[in-house]
Amino acid sequence: MRSEVAAPEAAPEPTAERRARGNRESGAWYPRWYWPSFATPAILWLALLFVLPFYVVLAIAFGTVDIFQNPLPVYQPWYWSFATFNQTLTRFVGTNPFYKPALIRTLVYVPAASLSCLVLGYVVAYFVARHGGRLKGLYLVLLISPFFISYLMRIYAWQSLLLTDGVINRFLIKLHLTSAPVNWLSGRPVTVVLGLVYGYIPYMILPLYGQLDRIDQSLLESGRDLGASPARTFLRVTLPLSRQAILAGLVIVSLPMFGDYFTNNLIGGVKTSMYGNLIDNAVASPGGGPQAGSLVLILVVLLLIPLAYYLRSTKRATEAGL
Amino acid sequence: MNPGATRVGRWWRNPWRRPRFLAAVTWGYLAWSIVPVLIAIAFSFNAGRSRTTWQGFSLRWWTGNPSLRESLLYDPDLRTAIFQTLRLGIVTMAVSVGLGTAFAIGLDRWRGRGPGLANFTMLLSFVIPEIIVGVSLFLFFLFFLKDLVHLGTATELLGLITFQISYPVIIVRARILSIGRQYEEAAMDLGGSPTQAVQRVLLPLLYPAIFASAVLVFADTVDDFVTVNYLSGGSGTEPLSVKIYDAARAAPTPAVNAAATFMLAATIVAVGIGLLFFWRVSRGQRAKATQEFVGFQV
Repeated sequence: MRSEVAAPEAAPEPTAERRARGNRESGAWYPRWYWPSFATPAILWLALLFVLPFYVVLAIAFGTVDIFQNPLPVYQPWYWSFATFNQTLTRFVGTNPFYKPALIRTLVYVPAASLSCLVLGYVVAYFVARHGGRLKGLYLVLLISPFFISYLMRIYAWQSLLLTDGVINRFLIKLHLTSAPVNWLSGRPVTVVLGLVYGYIPYMILPLYGQLDRIDQSLLESGRDLGASPARTFLRVTLPLSRQAILAGLVIVSLPMFGDYFTNNLIGGVKTSMYGNLIDNAVASPGGGPQAGSLVLILVVLLLIPLAYYLRSTKRATEAGL
Repeated sequence: MNPGATRVGRWWRNPWRRPRFLAAVTWGYLAWSIVPVLIAIAFSFNAGRSRTTWQGFSLRWWTGNPSLRESLLYDPDLRTAIFQTLRLGIVTMAVSVGLGTAFAIGLDRWRGRGPGLANFTMLLSFVIPEIIVGVSLFLFFLFFLKDLVHLGTATELLGLITFQISYPVIIVRARILSIGRQYEEAAMDLGGSPTQAVQRVLLPLLYPAIFASAVLVFADTVDDFVTVNYLSGGSGTEPLSVKIYDAARAAPTPAVNAAATFMLAATIVAVGIGLLFFWRVSRGQRAKATQEFVGFQV
């Protein structure tokens, strides 16, 4: 699990003019190959270990298998066979769609968890940014601390509490909210969605906090001075000004959730398995290579819109900075 | 009835009232996010085998029973896993920060079409779900390089570095953008070569960003589960996150809690040392550097 961040900050000074002038007036001369040589090692690295493996995924998804069901990748696109890929697709939309429930669950759980992250995260970020006061530093440390606690440890801790003889059940029984312990870990959607919220909400709060903290207080005061109620000021001033962070936060938490399989494996079950579980199971099953490749490709296609949105907004922010 | 007339109405309309509801939600969230971890830490000191029922304090799962090999100190599996985690974290940090810093400098200064595509690929590797990176590398190592490599520490490192390169690039690049080129140009006007200008002017200005990204990469690598789960070649090279995952799906003992606690403490120490260094290298540009560090996290 990784920390996600918003687009890089804009540079404080306009450098577009300097950029247009190029090197001619700067007095500094560099050999033509000088700057590209800095970037070359990482470019080679990404080409060999990020782009090429993705091509291998295509070659395996559109390849064949030998008699032992081992994938035989086909690297020439003109020999590609779409049999496995089509077979995988029919498992989503065909007559026997046994992948469909996992896809539908993913399309329900991820938005539900992302929106919960947004609502809860917005309240927390807003409170710390506007009313944090002298405790702001402490709040920030507490908000950042989950980044330094292993995700696995956090879900493991959460799993321990949810066991039938765990703290949560004992608490509920003591309060007479339930008479018998609830088996939270038996594949309940609510457990999985809460687990996803628990895991990913820190990545929502920080971008929101960053943007809310930058809002000029005088804008809010002028809203009030002009007669708007607190609710109206919030809806007409604060909310529009935080729109960018809301969208960025939603993309940042939902993209990894689409590939999440370990949260469900630890606190859910077969009844709540998600898209990530389909991939993970295909990888683990013998001869599942082509299927895993096809599932990865379908996931990439499904995620194209949020991916494109993120890349475009990042590009814009960088261009604004240049 | 005019809502402003009642006491509740007046309280509701008072713009200076304390935001008790927001405060309650915030503290509730903070408790939710931190208390389970504290409970898990506490149970590493449980005298019994349970991770839910407190049976008294003991160090049994930390240092006890050499012959049973059940405590963190004497369980060879857990010990191997901790060293593996630290090893992966340190090597990944060193390589990806080096590659990423050079990449950021090159991207920023290099004019033409190349950097746009390179930048796009880097951002894609940053934002794509980790399972896609993990599975594609798994298939790549298994079926493309089938006889050349075996899954293990080397493949784990290759995968982790691929996934982590983007961090230093994004942080260092933001810093380069805010520094501008004038210091370097001044250095060259004073007779420095391009390499001297980079080495003696640009790099020292970038140290804060480089340290900030090193801290983040280390913490994130220690945290990683998906990539290492696909690319580790068996129990000898599995880091702690994979061990916790496997244990949590079977019947974990509080030794797992102890291992997770130890790893948490090690991360805090490493991050603390990193921040101390950060504080030292950023003197003179501290306010700005700190702002950028938080700005990045945010």
